[in-house]
Amino acid sequence: MTGKKRFTQGIQKRASWHIPDNQVTPESVFNDRRNIIKALGLGALGASLPGQVQAGIFDLFGEQQAKNPFTTQGLQYSTPPKFVLPNPKTPEDKVTRHNNFYEFGSSKSDPYDNGQNFKVDPWTLTIDGLVDKPITLDLHELTTRFALEERTYRLRCVEAWSMVIPWVGFSLASLLKQAGVQSNATHVAFETLFDPEQMPGQKSRLMGGGIHYPYVEGLTVAEAMNDLSFLAVGLYGKTLPPQNGAPIRLVVPWKYGFKSIKSVVRIRVMDKQPPTSWNQLASSEYGFYANVNPEVDHPRWSQASERSIGEGGLFSAKRIPTQMFNGYGDSVADLYKNIDLRKFY
Amino acid sequence: MRISARGLFWLKVLLHISFLLPAFYLVALVLTGNAGGDPVQYIIHYTGMGAINSLLATLLISPIAKRFKIAALMQTRRLVGLYVCAYALLHISAFISLDLLFAWRLLFEEVIKRPYILVGAATLIIILLLAITSLNRIKRSMGKRWQSLHNWIYLAAILAPIHFYWSVKSEIIEPSIYIALFAALLFYRKDSIYKWLKPKK
Repeated sequence: MTGKKRFTQGIQKRASWHIPDNQVTPESVFNDRRNIIKALGLGALGASLPGQVQAGIFDLFGEQQAKNPFTTQGLQYSTPPKFVLPNPKTPEDKVTRHNNFYEFGSSKSDPYDNGQNFKVDPWTLTIDGLVDKPITLDLHELTTRFALEERTYRLRCVEAWSMVIPWVGFSLASLLKQAGVQSNATHVAFETLFDPEQMPGQKSRLMGGGIHYPYVEGLTVAEAMNDLSFLAVGLYGKTLPPQNGAPIRLVVPWKYGFKSIKSVVRIRVMDKQPPTSWNQLASSEYGFYANVNPEVDHPRWSQASERSIGEGGLFSAKRIPTQMFNGYGDSVADLYKNIDLRKFY
Repeated sequence: MRISARGLFWLKVLLHISFLLPAFYLVALVLTGNAGGDPVQYIIHYTGMGAINSLLATLLISPIAKRFKIAALMQTRRLVGLYVCAYALLHISAFISLDLLFAWRLLFEEVIKRPYILVGAATLIIILLLAITSLNRIKRSMGKRWQSLHNWIYLAAILAPIHFYWSVKSEIIEPSIYIALFAALLFYRKDSIYKWLKPKK
């Protein structure tokens, strides 16, 4: 089936999480291509300029900062076949350079530009509320207390673009089970670090997009206990960079990206639905559930299809039909069988 | 103040440079990988801001010309206005080619379904009409109707910032500033707008 035909015919039904018909471009080929373009573009322009001026041009383009990027470490992990996708992965430099993380600014390049000096050491993640044993994890424990595994998930942003990302981390359920969720608990709330000194978006409304900080998110206990709900501490085999939510973030692949809260400092188990940041800001546009759903449009973005950000340059992106629950319906549709998803979007 | 023909020429050169440079800067940003990991939204936003800033500049010319009594400035209005059109066309082309990837059906549906895109499309049509009729030959043949058509710029000045305001997810401060700026520039012209709208006898 051609891409165009698929688009007009709507969603393609598939039993598993697989979109087949793509060819993998190795990351190295992609990077080479990028370097060539780079060399052609600025090399030609730059070669004719004296050194002083060249330095100036690179400053202007923010290359200065790229010289001192946040340092990430390699991680030890297994790769359960259950969570391997055949889709080509989005190249690492697109995953780390195209981020919504309003704490560092509301443009896609701000989190990378403003996040490189972010301090993750010391860090504490507290799990408390309706649990038998509250837990506090320090930075070291985030990557050592649980056996790490790599999972490649599709990430679908409410802005109608998507990526395929190899995360490293552990299931949220394994953490919650250690803490012992009490029987009267219904929801799990999450909170991002609040540190306006480090996060300019929390300091200034102009940069922070009007969100009330700290950023908060929430899941039902059943959603949190689902096998897919994941706490990521890494990306592409290495610890997370700040723009992707260092040192630990949530990943809920069947929901829009904004549910996957970054740089988490607190997980609180509750007996009522917690407020969530985007729902607080515009409840008519962003519901509590935020399940990926091609049939329910956002006021500004049709959710029926998405622009898949893969390898290659500007003109090589693809538009693909969006799948119900981002293609993870087999694992999560049961959670919503008695819910009107138009009302509880 | 009088500007010589030579002075006007150099003023125009300066204007061309100041409107072309941002476009080249964008190309350089994209080629060097400094427009973010996925430059699509960056390009769309950047060219949209180019259009809205050029529109602001167009509307600033006559107040400045009047205030400082520089009649020759008025001769730069078409030049600046055409850059509004150029940036608006880049903006819509980037949206259609890079974001929608030429899914024309989706574009059509989006224009109908999303008020902010409809407002943007209306603005673009006005700007296109003004650009096309800016040719001297057409201007002459249109006679009196030309000015009447070109007063539609006032409508574009209302629609463009609304399109901007409506398109953002939450960062409303910047679009609010633009709404205020355009409102001020329109308020300055309230008499001529009133005259334009008054039913002709």
